[in-house]
Amino acid sequence: MELDNVMLARLLTTTTLAFHIIFATIGVGVPVMISIAEYIGIKRKDPHYLLLARRWTRGFVVTVAVGVVTGTCIGLQLSLLWPSFMKIAGQIISLPLFLETFAFFFEAIFLGIYLYTWDRFKKPLYHWLLSIPVIIGSSASAFFITTVNAFMNTPQGFQLENGVITAIDPIQAMFNPATPSKVLHVLTSAYLASALILGMIAAFQLLLGRTGEYYKKSLKLTMVCGFVFAFLTAVAGDISAKFLAKHQPEKLAAGEWHFETEKGADLLLYGILDENNEVKYAIRLPNMLSFLSFSDFNAEVKGLNEFPEDERPPVWIHYMFDIMVTIGIYTVVVPFLYLIFDKLKAFNPHSKWLLWSIVLGGPLSLIAIEVGWIFAEVGRQPWILRGYMKVAEGATTADNVGLMFLLFIALYIVLGVVCSIVLVKMFKNKPAEVELEYRFNK
Amino acid sequence: MEIQLVGITVLWLFLYGYLIVASIDFGAGFFAYYGKLTKQDHLINHLISRYLSPVWEVTNVFFVFFFVGLVGFFPDTAYYYGTALLIPGSVALVLLTIRGSFYAFSNYGSRENKLYLFLYGASGLLIPASLSTVLTISEGGFIEKRGDEIVFLADRLLTSPYSWSVVFLAIVSVLFISASFLTYYADRADDKPALEIVRKFALFWSSPTIIASLLVFIALHEHNVAHFEKMLNYWWMFGFSLICFLVASGLIYFRKRYGTAFIFVMLQFFFAFFGYGVSHLPYILDPYVTIYSAYTNETMGITLVVAFIAGLCLLIPSLILLMKLFLFDADYVKGKK
Ligand code: HDD
Ligand code: HEM
Ligand code: HEM
Repeated sequence: MELDNVMLARLLTTTTLAFHIIFATIGVGVPVMISIAEYIGIKRKDPHYLLLARRWTRGFVVTVAVGVVTGTCIGLQLSLLWPSFMKIAGQIISLPLFLETFAFFFEAIFLGIYLYTWDRFKKPLYHWLLSIPVIIGSSASAFFITTVNAFMNTPQGFQLENGVITAIDPIQAMFNPATPSKVLHVLTSAYLASALILGMIAAFQLLLGRTGEYYKKSLKLTMVCGFVFAFLTAVAGDISAKFLAKHQPEKLAAGEWHFETEKGADLLLYGILDENNEVKYAIRLPNMLSFLSFSDFNAEVKGLNEFPEDERPPVWIHYMFDIMVTIGIYTVVVPFLYLIFDKLKAFNPHSKWLLWSIVLGGPLSLIAIEVGWIFAEVGRQPWILRGYMKVAEGATTADNVGLMFLLFIALYIVLGVVCSIVLVKMFKNKPAEVELEYRFNK
Repeated sequence: MEIQLVGITVLWLFLYGYLIVASIDFGAGFFAYYGKLTKQDHLINHLISRYLSPVWEVTNVFFVFFFVGLVGFFPDTAYYYGTALLIPGSVALVLLTIRGSFYAFSNYGSRENKLYLFLYGASGLLIPASLSTVLTISEGGFIEKRGDEIVFLADRLLTSPYSWSVVFLAIVSVLFISASFLTYYADRADDKPALEIVRKFALFWSSPTIIASLLVFIALHEHNVAHFEKMLNYWWMFGFSLICFLVASGLIYFRKRYGTAFIFVMLQFFFAFFGYGVSHLPYILDPYVTIYSAYTNETMGITLVVAFIAGLCLLIPSLILLMKLFLFDADYVKGKK
C-alpha cells in the first residue's frame, strides 16, 4: 500500500465517516425511541417511561453534539479532500446535500425547543408533539445524505459528452436505482442499533443488581422495538442484495466470492480464500445466492470474472458481508428469545446469559453498521462515481494530507474518550431511583 | 435579477446570519471565561448559558448551510478553495469541533470544569480569526494557479497587514456584537448586576470596531486597489453603517432601549457586510472564480432556488417559535421557567 495523496485522502475520509456514522446512527434512531417512551408514559401516566424519555434525551444531546461537529467535518472535508469530485458531482447532486441542511436546521430548532420545555406546557401531549419534527428532521437528513451515496453507486440524471455535463435532472439523480434499498436499510438499521444500544444500557444496569421496575420496563421496551427493527433491517438487507444483483453485480459477486457466471449459484458463508483464489472452509448453501438475488433458485448470477480486471472491487469485502449478516441474525434472535422468555413464564427473561447477550447486542449492532458501510463503499471501488470517475481522479492534489490525517485521528480520539467519560459520569452521578424520587415524588 | 446574483445574495444573507448568531456565541464564550478569571462568573454565566443552551446547534447549521449552498451553487469554489485551504480549513474544523463538543460536554455533562471553559473561551476568538482569513484570501494574491496546480501562499498571508487587520476586525466585532446582545438580554431578564457588567463590555468594545474598520479600509487600499475603489462607489452603505453604530452606542451609553440598540448593531454590520460583499462582486476568488464562471448549470440553479424558498417556508415559522420561547418570553429569560 503506497501512502500517496489518494490513499491518504481515502484514509481520512474513512476515519471521519466511520467516526461520524456512530453518532449519526444514534442521532437518527434515538429520537424515535425517546418519542415512543414519552408517548407510552403520557398515555399510561407512568412516570417510569417519562423518566426514561428524559434520561435518554440527556445522553442523546451529548451524542448529537458530537454528530453535529463530526458531520460539519465530513461536510467540509468532502470539498477539501475531493475537490475535483465535488466540482463534477456538485453540479448534479447538490440538491439533496442542500436539502439535508434544511433537515438539520429543522431538527436543530425543535431539538432545542424539546430540551427546554419539559414542564412548560399544560398538556404533556404538546411536549410530545415536539418530538415529531425532531424525528422527521433527523430521518430526513439520513434520507437525503443516503441519496447522495446512492448516486455515487448508480449515477444517473445527466449526460457526459466530451467531458461536459449536460441534460441534468436533479430529481432523477436523487431518485436513482440505489436510493430505495439504501434508504430503507440505512434507516431501519439506525433504528435497530439505537434500540439495542439503549437495551444494552438497561440490561447492564440489571446485571449490576439494580432490579427496579424502571430498568425492566426499559429493557422490555427496547427489546420489543429491537425485534421489530431487526426484522425490518433483515428484510431491507435482502432488498439491498436484490438491488445489487440487478444494478451493481460486481459488488455482490466480490462480496460473495462468486467468480464464474452461473445458474443456480451457491451462497458462501465464511471461509477463506487461498492464494489460487480457491475458497476453503466455507459453508455452501446450494442455489441460495440465486434465490437471494432474484427470488429464483435457478436464476443466473453474474460472476466477477465478467468484469475488466481493473474494475473489480477487492474480494476481502466478503468478510464484511459475513460479519454484517451474522450480526443481523443475532439481532433478530436475541430480542426474540427475550420476548419468548418474557411471555412464557417457565423461563427467566433476566437470566445472566441472556442479559449479557443483550449487552453484547449494542456494540455488535454498531459494528454491523461500520462493516456494512465498508462493504458498501469498498465494494464500489475503484469508482468514486461508478462508471464515470475513479477514486484516483477525485482526490486533492494538495500537500500535507498525511499531517491532517494525524491531526484528525488525534481529534477523534480525544472526542471519543471525553464523550464516553461525560456520558458515564452523567448517569453514575444521578441514578434513576434518585431522580424518580425528586421528579415524581415516587 | 440574474440567478447567479440571487444565489450569492441568499448565501451572503446566511453568512450574515451566521456572523450575528455565531458572534453572540463566540463572544459569550470569551466573556464566560473572562468572568471566571475575574470572579464575576456568578453574575453573568447563568445568563449566558440560559440563552445559549437552546440555540447553539442552530448556530452551527447556519455555517453548514452556507458552505453546502456555496458548493451547490458554485461548484468551482470547492475546487479552488478546497485544494488551497486544506490546512487552514482543517485547523478551523478542529477548532469548531472542539468548541461545539466541549460546549455540550460542559453544559450537559460535568459543569464547572476549568479546562472546558478555557477551550470554550479561547476557541471563541480563534475561530472568527481563522474563518475571517477566508475573506482575506478571496481578495486574491494568496492563491495562485501555476499550470494545473493550485498553490496557497501561506507565508504571504501571514505577513500581510491586510490579513491581520481583518483578523483584528473580526475579533473586536465578535466581542462588540456579543456584548451588545447580552446587554439586551440582561435587561430583559431584569438582571441588574449582570447588566452592569455586560454593558461595560459593550461600551468598551464599541470604538475598536470602528478603528478596526478604518484599518481594514486602509490596508485594502494597499492590497487590492480595484476593490477599494469599488467600495467607494458604495460609500453610502458604509455611511449608514457608521450612523447605525453611533445610534447603537449612544443608546447603550445613555441606558436607553437596549433592544433597539441591538437592532442598530445588527444594521451596522448588515450595511458594512453587504457593502463589502456587493463591491467584491463578481469575484468569489479574485481573479480566478466569479459568480458567473463558477455557476452550476441552469437546471440546478433554479432547482436550488426553488428548494430554498420551500425550505424557508418551513424554517421561518420554526425559528419564530424558537425565538418566541427563548428570546421574547420574559418569564423564560428571567429564569422562571
Ligand atoms: C445494524 C446494522 C445492519 C445489519 C444488522 C445488517 N445490515 Fe446490511 N448494511 C447496513 C447495516 C446493517 C448499513 C450500514 O446500513 C449499510 C451500509 C450501506 C448501506 O446502504 O447500508 C448496509 C449495506 C448492505 C448491503 C449493500 C447495499 C449497497 O451497497 O447498496 C447489503 C446487500 C446488505 N447490507 C445486506 C444485509 C443483509 C442480507 C443483512 C442480514 C440480516 C444485513 N444487511 C444486516
Ligand atoms: C452518504 C454519503 C456518503 C458519501 C457522499 C461518501 C463519500 C465517500 C467518498 C468521497 C469516499 C472516498 C472515495 C473512496 O475511497 O471510495 C468514500 C469512501 C469511504 N466511505 Fe463513503 N460516503 C458516504 C457514506 C459513508 C458512510 C456513512 C460511511 C460509514 C462508515 C462510509 C464509509 C466509507 C469508507 C469505509 C470508505 C473507504 C473506502 C476505501 O477506502 O476503499 N461512507 N466515501
Ligand atoms: C448515511 C450516513 C449518514 C447519516 C445517517 C447521517 C446522519 C446525520 C445525523 C443524524 C447528524 C446529526 C444532526 C443532528 O442531530 O442535528 C448528522 C450531522 C451532520 N452530517 Fe451526517 N450522516 C451521514 C453521513 C454524512 C455525510 C457523508 C456527510 C457529508 C456530506 C454528512 C454531513 C453532515 C453534516 C454537515 C452534519 C452537521 C449538521 C449540523 O450542523 O447540524 N453526513 N448526520
